[in-house]
Amino acid sequence: MSLRNYSIALSIIVALVLQIMPMPAIVDLYRPDWVMLVLSYWVLALPNRVNVGVAFFTGLILDILLGTSMGVHSFALCLSIYVLAANYQRLRNYSVWQQSIIIGILNALYNLVVFWLQHLITDIYFLFDYLWPVASSVVMWPWLFWLLRKVRRQLRLH
Amino acid sequence: MNLMFSRGPSLQSRLALGLCMSVALILFDHKLNGFGTTRVYLNSLVSPLQYLANLPGEMLNTSASRLVSHERLVTENAKLTHDAVLMSEQLQRLTFLQKENERLRSLLNAPVNNHTERLVAELMAVDNNPYSHQIVINKGAIHGVFEGQPVLDDKGIVGQIQQVSSTNSRVLLIADVTHAIPVRVARNNVRLIVAGSGSLRELFIPHVPHSNELQVGDLLLSSGLGNVFPEGYPVATISSIVRDESRPFAQVLVTPVAQLDRLKYLLVLWPNQQAKDEVLLEDPQ
Repeated sequence: MSLRNYSIALSIIVALVLQIMPMPAIVDLYRPDWVMLVLSYWVLALPNRVNVGVAFFTGLILDILLGTSMGVHSFALCLSIYVLAANYQRLRNYSVWQQSIIIGILNALYNLVVFWLQHLITDIYFLFDYLWPVASSVVMWPWLFWLLRKVRRQLRLH
Repeated sequence: MNLMFSRGPSLQSRLALGLCMSVALILFDHKLNGFGTTRVYLNSLVSPLQYLANLPGEMLNTSASRLVSHERLVTENAKLTHDAVLMSEQLQRLTFLQKENERLRSLLNAPVNNHTERLVAELMAVDNNPYSHQIVINKGAIHGVFEGQPVLDDKGIVGQIQQVSSTNSRVLLIADVTHAIPVRVARNNVRLIVAGSGSLRELFIPHVPHSNELQVGDLLLSSGLGNVFPEGYPVATISSIVRDESRPFAQVLVTPVAQLDRLKYLLVLWPNQQAKDEVLLEDPQ
């Protein structure tokens, strides 16, 4: 019973841990945006329970964990999760591959917004390496979708 | 519990609220630096997640150190003993030179460099944020670490403490784009500023006139002018100088002396220990 109540929070915590887990520099470049992917699944599956508010607070935790200025990741997450939450009924009917392309585009938006905000704050330069997570997120989405749907059906969350 | 009509404010107003709050937080944090002390508590609050993320790597490390071969331990031990003998010889000379230097400085009425307090810290996590270069070390406010403290490895300067939480703290590396460190050339005492470029293997020196006396291979030492880093620690060596007269300044690239991409054990310094004590004495409490 308790697992049912906390499973969404638990999955977000696991995503946060995966997001900050130390990795070798070569793998690090291709790290998918776990937090954004997990939030995307939940907002498509249960838009009444997870939407912009959860994205905002998760983004704040991500900001503290990554040492960025408070509000950078919450801004980008709010924006991309909003697009999903506004169109969840249409997106649910798409096939997994179409979904993963949409997720990829939104992930590019997320990464670019984070870059843009950071660019305003500090003066960093754009490298195309910053967009590798988009590719890995596209590849990761079908598997994550399948896994989290399994979890959701097992626990009968709705 | 699928509701036909969602409760609470509409999605658009939630988005507007979230974005406005984010922008307000960015301005508050960045422009006004409003999270000075709150950030310590926030960092302590999320540090369990960092420990959790660090756990698999830590477990691999422990198992690797348990499974290390006898032969390797013997060779490593021999090498360390060899190094220790060489270093203790250098140390004997160093203490003599230090004494002499202090005596000469006191004859000149120049301020004497004090012995600095230091602490060995271990790397806990490397931030995977691609836009900035920061690391987390396993010493924090309870060990007396404070913001702006210099951090070194066994070769040279690594960075400075940027944020402190209770049991760990965040170090801004000298390679970060927002970081710059005052240095002087060991050979001829030319003063320069080394700025981070966002790459771990390459920093640069901005605004160098074409008529400078720099050479490739020059060692740059910290000059102690910014009152953050103590004087005389190696920072970088000059790796390339492009003197293109069509550009306003010479382009000088330097390689950091510290191996910023393979840090493990770090040294945290208390450079102004004496000054800090004086401040404490002045305080009426």
